[in-house]
Amino acid sequence: MALLEIDHLTHRFGGLLALSDFNLSLDGNELVGIIGPNGAGKTTVFNLISGVYRPTKGSISVEGRELVGLAPNRIAALGIARTFQNIRLFKDLSVLDNVRCANYGQAGYGALLALFRLGRCRREEAVIIDRSMELLTLFQLDGHAEEPSRNLPYGLQRRLEIARALATRPKLLLLDEPAAGMNPAEITRLMGLIEWVRKAFNVTIVLIEHQMQLVMNLCERLVVLDFGVTIAEGKPHEIRSDSRVLAAYLGEEQPA
Amino acid sequence: MTDPLIGKSLMGQARSLANRQWFKGGLVAAAFLLSFVIPATGLLDQYVQLILMYIGINIILTVSLNLINGYMGEFSVGHAGFMAVGAYTASVISVRLFPVPWGPWLFPVAVAAGGLAAAVTGLLVAFPSFKTRGDYLAIVTLAFGMIVKSAIENIDALGGPRGFLGMERLTTLPWVFFWTALSILAIRNLVYSRFGRGILSIREDEIAAELSTVDTRRVKMIAFVVSSFFAGVAGALFAHLLQFINPRVFDIIKSTDILIMVYLGGIGSLGGSIIGAVVYTVLLELLRPLGVWRMVLMPLVLVLLMIYRPKGIMGLREFSWFVPGADLFASRRWHRKKGTVYGPP
Repeated sequence: MALLEIDHLTHRFGGLLALSDFNLSLDGNELVGIIGPNGAGKTTVFNLISGVYRPTKGSISVEGRELVGLAPNRIAALGIARTFQNIRLFKDLSVLDNVRCANYGQAGYGALLALFRLGRCRREEAVIIDRSMELLTLFQLDGHAEEPSRNLPYGLQRRLEIARALATRPKLLLLDEPAAGMNPAEITRLMGLIEWVRKAFNVTIVLIEHQMQLVMNLCERLVVLDFGVTIAEGKPHEIRSDSRVLAAYLGEEQPA
Repeated sequence: MTDPLIGKSLMGQARSLANRQWFKGGLVAAAFLLSFVIPATGLLDQYVQLILMYIGINIILTVSLNLINGYMGEFSVGHAGFMAVGAYTASVISVRLFPVPWGPWLFPVAVAAGGLAAAVTGLLVAFPSFKTRGDYLAIVTLAFGMIVKSAIENIDALGGPRGFLGMERLTTLPWVFFWTALSILAIRNLVYSRFGRGILSIREDEIAAELSTVDTRRVKMIAFVVSSFFAGVAGALFAHLLQFINPRVFDIIKSTDILIMVYLGGIGSLGGSIIGAVVYTVLLELLRPLGVWRMVLMPLVLVLLMIYRPKGIMGLREFSWFVPGADLFASRRWHRKKGTVYGPP
């Protein structure tokens, strides 16, 4: 069974067709990129998968389980985590607390135990701290654990956002423009990080990106969107020479 | 000649002593004992004892409102409404239900019942908070406060606008201390649990919180229930201290008083809430000789505070005294025990 199965997904904002008849099937441990010009509907796909929007039509399922209609936190608990185009950390919280927040769904103790800090609450909290510190150490953020996350430099904020997403123990990780605002050296480092995350955490990754060097080198498969329509799908080298893709990005050659 | 290093280590030792569990527990126990000794021996006069009890009640109100307004970042202006529900419920129970000689023994039951009644009302207010945020939720809670007040005014069994009386003076210094300590402890425990981090993450970014598996609806419900429970407790204590309540006591002015204490002390801080409640209550008393002018001076203090310290005295900061050891030493403990971890390139 496919990990993620998206069928005939369509989404309208009022009269605007943001996404039309989008299909995608993902197996475990794949690394797929979604590219396309601005406003092509890429982030809409992520918002639909993670439950921020409810699709006008179509279905999304993870390991055979239908996601449409579930609350975002339930979808996240089923193993789908994401990052955002514009970083959305919990800025006033410490780096450690950012990661600990994402452990909400894995702890099972109720509010009454929490009010008195008893038994299961105490034990699970200790586990959460250890797990979170371990994750931060893996991401080389452990030295910043107690700083408010707003104090981190930009690159580390991106890193922390990925760490926070992984703290939910996802099967599928959605990265929305992870390289936005990065210089070439940082991008090279980010590519290494993404490759490593995929292996070390055994996740399937879908990423939206404008940075072609990263997309072409990293992704095994690409989906190209333009005005909400899938105009091409295939291996990076096929996409590179696809005439529709070139037209979407560069404009069509006008006959004289 | 003093050695700065020795001085520092002494300070450090004092601090680590103050953060020991047994030390904290001992200090609270000693203070509890003192709350019995003071009324028994007349160590402080009646007036000062009364102020101490007001301070305790105000601490409960401030800490519980801070959960919603500070930690969760909502803007509730109906806290006096929950207080009223608690005050009336507890009063009716202790006047109508309990035989007088049993009063002192059943008092905690009446207070808890007041809290529970307020908690149930809090649950109702939680529902609009699922969809409504910020200014809009403020209006919802404002309306809630008005509904409670006019409902009570129109129920004759509760005395309507004339008020309700007949309560024994059951609120004593030890009881105020007990409930104050319990509310601080419970809310601290909640704040440093997964629900507390849920509450904080809602303040920071609700969408990101949901996508990080936080069940925001459940978290909001818990926050409102706990907050209103303690507001109800404070109301119950207040009613059995004054021995007379009427709907006007719990109007928007009362809610505003609590808001002022929260923002004076600092949002998202237990230490701040306590400081805010103490400073505000004491200042109001000290300024009493000024008569009407204190109502000019107090707002002025607030305006100045908002200009020079917009986050309040302790905004978003906390005394380490209130932080559980597991949180306080999380990263230090980890660094002591961690082995080799293979990170990314």
